[in-house]
Amino acid sequence: MSDVSLPVAGGKSGGKPGRDWLWMLALLIGPLLAALALGGLILLAMGVNPLSYYAFVVERSILRPSGLEATLTRMGPLLLIAASLIVAFRAGIWNLGGDGQFLLAAVMVAAMTPLMHEAGMPVWLVLVTGLLTGAVIGAAWSVLPALLKAFQGINEIITTLMMSFLGVSFANVLVKLAFLDPATTTPQTRTLPVEARLPRLFDTTVSSGLLIGLVVVVLVHLMMTRTAFGMRLRVVGANPRAAVHAGLSVPKLTIAVFAISAALAGLSGAVDILGTQGNVRADWNPAYSLTVVPLVFLARLNGFGSIAYVFLFSALTIGGESAARRLGVPSFFSLVIVALLLITLGLAEYADKRRRARARQ
Amino acid sequence: MFTETFLITLFLGAVMAGMPLLLAGLGEQLSEKAGVLNIGLEGMILAGAYAGFLVAWTSGSSALGFLGGAGAGMIVASLMVVFCVILGLNQIVIGIALTLLVQGLTALLHFVQFSRSYPRLDGMQSWPVPGLSQIPVIGPMFFNHNPIVYLTVILVAVFAWIYRMTHLGSALQAAGDKPAALDAAGVDVIRTRALAVLTTGALAGLGGAFMSVAVAGVFIPFMSHGNGFIAIVLAMLARGRPLWVLGGALLFGASLSMTTALQVAGVNVPVDVIQMLPFAMVMLVLLVAGRKASLPAALGESFERGAR
Repeated sequence: MSDVSLPVAGGKSGGKPGRDWLWMLALLIGPLLAALALGGLILLAMGVNPLSYYAFVVERSILRPSGLEATLTRMGPLLLIAASLIVAFRAGIWNLGGDGQFLLAAVMVAAMTPLMHEAGMPVWLVLVTGLLTGAVIGAAWSVLPALLKAFQGINEIITTLMMSFLGVSFANVLVKLAFLDPATTTPQTRTLPVEARLPRLFDTTVSSGLLIGLVVVVLVHLMMTRTAFGMRLRVVGANPRAAVHAGLSVPKLTIAVFAISAALAGLSGAVDILGTQGNVRADWNPAYSLTVVPLVFLARLNGFGSIAYVFLFSALTIGGESAARRLGVPSFFSLVIVALLLITLGLAEYADKRRRARARQ
Repeated sequence: MFTETFLITLFLGAVMAGMPLLLAGLGEQLSEKAGVLNIGLEGMILAGAYAGFLVAWTSGSSALGFLGGAGAGMIVASLMVVFCVILGLNQIVIGIALTLLVQGLTALLHFVQFSRSYPRLDGMQSWPVPGLSQIPVIGPMFFNHNPIVYLTVILVAVFAWIYRMTHLGSALQAAGDKPAALDAAGVDVIRTRALAVLTTGALAGLGGAFMSVAVAGVFIPFMSHGNGFIAIVLAMLARGRPLWVLGGALLFGASLSMTTALQVAGVNVPVDVIQMLPFAMVMLVLLVAGRKASLPAALGESFERGAR
């Protein structure tokens, strides 16, 4: 964790000498612009005009009402993933298994809720049970990495990634063998009818999943920066040895971090199913988790900053999907942009470190 | 079920599926020894798979394909050298970035060239060792392979020798355990680490090329499917011993290739269940032996001369 400097003090670093607001702004926006420019070069090489591509993406995902609604709806699950990552990263735990936690939760929720609805349960009860189930399944899928990290000190990057691959395959097995919808020939789970899904906001098609995501991200931010519990987690993240000397039970806190982080990833899966998808098709894996990692880093693990970056990314994917159909640029392009963002972000951190070192001299 | 054909099929499958793991695992072991945790391994394998396929497909020569794969792995590794070894950026963040970048770029490039078709290469000929390959059971198991297989087994021995007997071996070890001491001894830490990472890239790229050129005969986007991460586990568990990487690669290779072997034995198991096997195996091994896994002291830390 040495070089992406984690704002242990809660992201308030504006007052330090040598960091005027212009430089801060450049640090926040610069990596994004650089990544978009590099991505533009790739588009040029593909024979696509980058300006018209980006204009198309903005038009389709933000300027059109239907596009904006899709963008805002997509933000719900992404914000929950961001919250999941913020808890883990601030506590120094690399939970990279979000995709498995997300997908398994999604599959269980998609298998359960349509049956509950058919059985005549009230919609609110179906939804609440669905959300809780998602969180529990997500957390359950992190038990093994949590125990291995807490008591054996085994690197959680590896174990969470392994559990993620395992979970994605297991979710497919469940969809294809256990939870098949007998009514259709396509391999998928039963579908939750639209009237039993999360309510829409006002007169739009925006799912209230957005609201859940916003509330949770803000709560997580406040928990990590304003509460004693969050403070303990940050101490463990910043210096586990110091945490032991301060009398904190590092294994217990480690397990708590895994539980919260994975439960939020599972909740994200539940929200995506209950709000948007309604069912899980075989081999469906949106792989949100690894792509949200750069976004929360760009936001310096700040909850409010994450909301802004998640909005941008959501717009990029919604616009990118429509560009894939109309301009023939496959949606893999958003993956390239995200990777470039990570690299330009790293370079910005490097420049910042050098600048601070110079200011000290 | 455990007939002679089943066992031979399983073993040959394990060798074929285990080769990318072995090559990448040997590389990862090398860079971990030198103190660089290479999370970008998955991307290096995938870059090798893409470039290897492309070169073999355009030139018609699988040997050139292997070279191209190793070269592509080195190109990705050189980015890792610049960002992590020279500039000292976070190795995990850059590792994830390189993996995502290669996943996106190779999928894009494949789409631009081939749209949605997946051209196949001709199958590769194995090189039977004269005489020895005629021995029943043992012959087809050990002495009838792709030349890269023999080469890699030799490489295992070479690495073991380098680590144990040579000055280079102890320099690598010091770069990972106490870089400041290596620096004081007059050896350039940055150069030692850069050498290790570039070699890792070449090996992982070769492993990827083996995957697309020798095993599959086709390139499919995202085809490395977690092999890089399994190789990282292999390197962690092998604790610096190349021979253990070989054994582990065969073990995981066997679980990867179980589908074909079981089909030969007449057992039909869904592919998704089989795909879970290697990852379940990794978790099982970590549960049982994880406590013994050890990593160099300065792993993941960048080296800055004179810094405290």
